[in-house]
Amino acid sequence: MAEKKMVSLTIEGRPVSVPEGTSILEAAKVVGILIPHYCYHPGLPVAGVCRMCLVEVEKALKLAPSCATSVAEGQVVHVHTERALEARKGVLEFLLINHPLDCPICDQSGECELQDYTYQEGRADSRYRDPKRFNPVEDFGGDVLYVPNRCILCTRCVRFMDDVAHETVLNVSDRGDRAIIGKFEGKDLTHPWSGNVVDLCPVGALLSKDFLNKARAWELDRVASICPSCTQGCNITIETRDSQVARLKPRPNEDVNRFFMCDYGRLNYRWMNRTDRAELPLVRTEGELRSIDWDIAIHAAASLLRDARTFVLASPMLSNEALHLLSRLMQRKGGAGAFRVATGEEAPLAGVEDLALRRDRAANVNGAQMFGFQRSERPLEAMRDGDVLVIADDDLTGIAADEVARASQVIVIGTTLPGAASAAAVLLPITNFSEEEGTFTNLRGRVQRFMQARPAPGLARPSWLVLGDLLGALREQDSFYLPSDVFAKIASSHPAFSGLSYESLGMRGLPVLESETAGAAR
Amino acid sequence: MGFPHPSHRQETPLLTRHFGEAEARTLDGWKKRGGYQALEKVLAMTPGEIVDIVKESGLRGRGGAGFPTGLKWSFMKPGDGKPHYLCCNADESEPGTFKDREVMRWTPHALVEGCAIAAYAIGAETTYIYIRGEFTEPLLRMERAVREAYDAGILGANAMGTGKRIDIYVHRGAGAYICGEETALMESLEGRRGNPRIKPPFPAVSGVFGQPTTINNVETLAAVPEILMKGAAWYKAMSLSNPKSTGTKLYSVCGNIRRPGTYEVVMGFPFKDFLHDVCGGALDGRKLKAVIPGGASVPIQTMEEAEATLMDYEGFAAQGSMLGSGGVIVIDDAQSMVAVIARLTRFFAHESCGQCTQCREGTAWTTKIVERIRDGHGTMEDLDTLVEIGENMTGTTICVLSDSCAVPVISGITKFRSEFESLIHGKRVHSVLTAVA
Amino acid sequence: MTKPSVGGLESPDLSSHDATAHESAPHVPVFAGAAREELDQLLTRYPTKMAALLPALWIVQRERGWVSEDSMAEVSDLLDLTPAYVKGVVTFYTMYHQHPVGKYFIQVCTTSPCGICGAEEVVKSLLRHTGTGDLGLTSRDGKFTVIEVECLGACGFATPVMINEEFIESVTPEKVPGILEDLA
Repeated sequence: MAEKKMVSLTIEGRPVSVPEGTSILEAAKVVGILIPHYCYHPGLPVAGVCRMCLVEVEKALKLAPSCATSVAEGQVVHVHTERALEARKGVLEFLLINHPLDCPICDQSGECELQDYTYQEGRADSRYRDPKRFNPVEDFGGDVLYVPNRCILCTRCVRFMDDVAHETVLNVSDRGDRAIIGKFEGKDLTHPWSGNVVDLCPVGALLSKDFLNKARAWELDRVASICPSCTQGCNITIETRDSQVARLKPRPNEDVNRFFMCDYGRLNYRWMNRTDRAELPLVRTEGELRSIDWDIAIHAAASLLRDARTFVLASPMLSNEALHLLSRLMQRKGGAGAFRVATGEEAPLAGVEDLALRRDRAANVNGAQMFGFQRSERPLEAMRDGDVLVIADDDLTGIAADEVARASQVIVIGTTLPGAASAAAVLLPITNFSEEEGTFTNLRGRVQRFMQARPAPGLARPSWLVLGDLLGALREQDSFYLPSDVFAKIASSHPAFSGLSYESLGMRGLPVLESETAGAAR
Repeated sequence: MGFPHPSHRQETPLLTRHFGEAEARTLDGWKKRGGYQALEKVLAMTPGEIVDIVKESGLRGRGGAGFPTGLKWSFMKPGDGKPHYLCCNADESEPGTFKDREVMRWTPHALVEGCAIAAYAIGAETTYIYIRGEFTEPLLRMERAVREAYDAGILGANAMGTGKRIDIYVHRGAGAYICGEETALMESLEGRRGNPRIKPPFPAVSGVFGQPTTINNVETLAAVPEILMKGAAWYKAMSLSNPKSTGTKLYSVCGNIRRPGTYEVVMGFPFKDFLHDVCGGALDGRKLKAVIPGGASVPIQTMEEAEATLMDYEGFAAQGSMLGSGGVIVIDDAQSMVAVIARLTRFFAHESCGQCTQCREGTAWTTKIVERIRDGHGTMEDLDTLVEIGENMTGTTICVLSDSCAVPVISGITKFRSEFESLIHGKRVHSVLTAVA
Repeated sequence: MTKPSVGGLESPDLSSHDATAHESAPHVPVFAGAAREELDQLLTRYPTKMAALLPALWIVQRERGWVSEDSMAEVSDLLDLTPAYVKGVVTFYTMYHQHPVGKYFIQVCTTSPCGICGAEEVVKSLLRHTGTGDLGLTSRDGKFTVIEVECLGACGFATPVMINEEFIESVTPEKVPGILEDLA
């Protein structure tokens, strides 16, 4: 690709060079200036209608909408001159005259750009003394509720459905001050990606029904993570209130999901809050599973594994770190491993290349394959009679107890104890994805980190720690103290991961070596 | 012809010459009056030559902005391999303006010919005449004229036997003042909501259907054939004051005036004579108080300003207003300026497309305040608020509808403040027009 | 436009233009036969199908008297648009009726130039003589609907009144009864 010509300009006295065609608004971000805006969104076509991003450009007659004005060589831009501030103050006043000012009962409060910019640049009072416009709340279908009285007609939602989802379900109805966002009777907002309009809405006009009245924005703790619901690996933020996952939000990543995530992934989080969890290490003594110290449980498991061929039934929801350690466990005595994946219909987001809710509904299918696990509908078929079976967080749904019974011994390393594995000799309780740190490899071979969002239940330990300790008890190696140590081990032992580290992955991830993924990824 | 009145001796009827003659509407009748000779003549010329003549004539856009027509045409690059379009803006909706209506009603072929010439000059294969939905008669007349021209081989794949394609289609709007804004018109023509577009890109680069487009007003295009027949010098000579304003201009006159109608005078004609002589002055027993000389979007003039005005682009600007579309709204002493302004702001609030914040909210807010003052519930603070809202609405939006709404308010408060104040202080000086609203 | 009924006037019968009466019946396509041919012909004029939207809606209104949601859905199918898109366009333009109106749809210009020439009196006279009671309502016999419109572009002929597609200039309150008689 030809290098784009660079254009140099000055914004608020700060020199900046950006590629030709960049908007003033984006150029300002480069030098750390956020020009207030509503209708502009980097993931949507420019509308230029809210008029909030007006700035003063020297030698220009009128104030310029910075979202819709391209940079020019030698341009001198002022964001905070009196004239620009007055104009934006005017816009804020206009936006608020018909706004109900119901922040105390509004879900958006605390993360509302109308609040933020009014606090930053707006008037302290309103000169409006006439009755306010009223339109009733409407259920748009899907997970979306529309509160027209708070709407500022930025049309982000309409443009998302038009230009990104390619399904014009929303419109602007009527015109002038009567205009509201509308839809056609009987044609609801049921598109698999429609929940994004809630994120895009800069005010409290489009709300998630799922999140309605659950928490105030300032009560939430936020942690960077990866959506575990399919192999796409959308970057997300897990938001918790009192250690309960309250909602998932997309986290921008130009290489994976831009600014979006699908409704399926967004709403599939309740399992993270499950309370019926395996919380204590258990070892079968005198025919009964009894709780016991972690050390004893680890050594009990190790003694079962020491001289036996091992078969691992792994979950594709496990991290690369856990899968790597499991693969070493199974390879010790010439064993094998398998996994299975729940599937569903693929649902692409038409306007973004290579972004879809994928058929495989698990985060680390690619990782499981790369670490040598066989994908199978009937994963226990490859187990030999007499193998020691390690069930690594597969819930055994649809697998009969007598199939499991072909194993000489059963060790469960999981978040729960499945009924079909009730004859297990050892249960090592591990944390689920939201309770630990690790990495996933998505379907394109991109390795991405996720962080711990909530505390472990009971005495459950992170999967990598448990498996590391188990390998240690087998004198395979010393214990790991950090997940990054495990990842360093992966990087040194798997060519595909060579050169990668937690530091280099950062919070956006990196692809594994192309040549190593060709087989696994496609 | 000062239609519907006989032509006044001080008028210079070029476009209005055949108003009222039913026969002029037909192709035969129009040809009898010299029609289509200009088209025949120019088809033998190069597009560049035509553009040069129009440039030289000094013809400026008659829709309101006054942009030089020849210069606009020169932005088009015929032969760049793209489809080119000509749009004729017949969405005449500016309150006080009804001149284009009369052109289309009485001399539809003048417009067809003007469109054909312009289309040839800018290399446009296709012309759309966008007529506002309420203009049922002009629509009918234009459709008939276009059909006649096709049947006679003037339009079509082999226009006038030259082998050149000139297609003209009439497109009906559906009730939206804003579609008179050129980019909104293009949006509407494409089957969208009539939301004005951000410029740049300008229409000559990316207009209707994303292709190079020129858009001209009805009156502008109708003036073209005569200019090409008689030459640029002839047209240019018709100028009484400023050399930048040439030719004749149509004025539609309405309101409290003895002889409302459509008039045509030379650029630079004294407004005082126009109002009092040509249009007959005030109604019996009344006195003129104010004039909005260029359609509802231009500043209100006091009579003092109006009577000092020379009627051209520069002349109106020198006297605190604008030539605009030439829609002259005359207001006499029986009217409350506040009520007039309230009704104007209501118009703009009704017609705002609602895209830009300042316009969507500002037009409606302004209306509420002015109506409150009109109804005797205003405060002195309201006047300051109105002016400040108006300033916030000016120069900050995609198109100028927002500015247009602020114009009568700010000029009204500035020039007729006492009327606002007496209503605020409870003195109902005028009871006319208490508005059904 | 619709306002609550003014005191003293007889309350109008709203059932005559009740939209629900139309919703129960299955939609009979507008674009069949001649109307379909007309649309096909229109499509040749524009490089996109979408551009035929306004003309198509005009055909709907001519054939049905108003543009129902069913008709919007039909048009959206024909032009490869979505119903929501078509509705967004319909609601932008004031001339498409989104509900049935009287046999004679009467529009009176009341914008400033006509306003200062007495348009309000013409409106009052029309409301009185048509028996519609108030703006936007339809008379009991289903014959008349009267609305105010913004500038009809005939300001020199105050007050212009549009009855369906017919344009009547220089209407005064006194002329109203005669005009209505001519319709009957």
